[in-house]
Amino acid sequence: MSRHLTHIKTTAEDHQVAKLAAIAITLHMVEALIPSPLPGVKPGIANIVTLYVLTQYGFATAAWVSILRVFASSLLLGQFLSPTFLLSLNGALLSLAVLWLASHLPKRYFSVISLSILAAFGHIAGQLIMVRLWLIPHAGISYLVPIFAASALFFGILNGLVTAKLLQQKNTNDSELDKKRASNS
Amino acid sequence: MSNLKPLIKSLQQYLRIGDWLVALISLACVIWLFQTLWSHEQAAKVQIRLGDKIYGTYSLNQQRDIHIHGSTGEAIISIANGQARFAQSPCKNQYCIHQGWLTLAGQVAVCLPNQIALELLGENKPYDSLNY
Repeated sequence: MSRHLTHIKTTAEDHQVAKLAAIAITLHMVEALIPSPLPGVKPGIANIVTLYVLTQYGFATAAWVSILRVFASSLLLGQFLSPTFLLSLNGALLSLAVLWLASHLPKRYFSVISLSILAAFGHIAGQLIMVRLWLIPHAGISYLVPIFAASALFFGILNGLVTAKLLQQKNTNDSELDKKRASNS
Repeated sequence: MSNLKPLIKSLQQYLRIGDWLVALISLACVIWLFQTLWSHEQAAKVQIRLGDKIYGTYSLNQQRDIHIHGSTGEAIISIANGQARFAQSPCKNQYCIHQGWLTLAGQVAVCLPNQIALELLGENKPYDSLNY
């Protein structure tokens, strides 16, 4: 019986998702240590992984990594099913929805930086909708909306640049590998 | 400033035309949010609260001193040039007076010991930003 449970068949793709989610979770943990002047104003560096995965492995893998990251991080931080977790989950879901739409934009004109900005806005919008409908059913939070939006734009661009740089490095590495292979054969 | 140079360089290197478009539209949205949600509207009226009741609402388009008997003594509220302030208060700290002239819709000055509060109102009040 236990043999059955411990020997779940996993594919190489599952391993890939798990590895990438682990990186995202690590970044999420690191970010949890950074003090923030206002809850909600966060760099969201774990999104770098989501964006990287989206461009390298496609939307389905990115969605897996993002959702796994939210669940696992909340378990590690002791926030599972708490308001923080639900905000995080709602933000991630709306962000993924936005990314799905944005990934149809022509790649020639819109790089990963566009995706990053839009995803950051999706993230904060998802959280604010949840706050407004459930936690603080009051227009008072509208005063904070501009601050959240400004921080989303700033960190969206920053995360986008980091992702763009990562992708460029990977591409140059890949092409070097290809060259080596070509010269060896 | 030397830290900014590589950032600007990488902005030029990585941003495609669509990215600039997205960034600029987002920036416009953020500015628009600041303008609409952070009221910079000139106030039209001042509402005075005494305790938990509204004492009265006065137009700012007049020059007038209002004498109010609060719970610890008489306070004077001045209205002039479309502004309002606490001019005199019997309270110890005088925080309410140090708030100075209030000019924008949504601004408040509160005198807790005397239980008097001023709030400036705009022509229309779409939401109450300081109602915590």
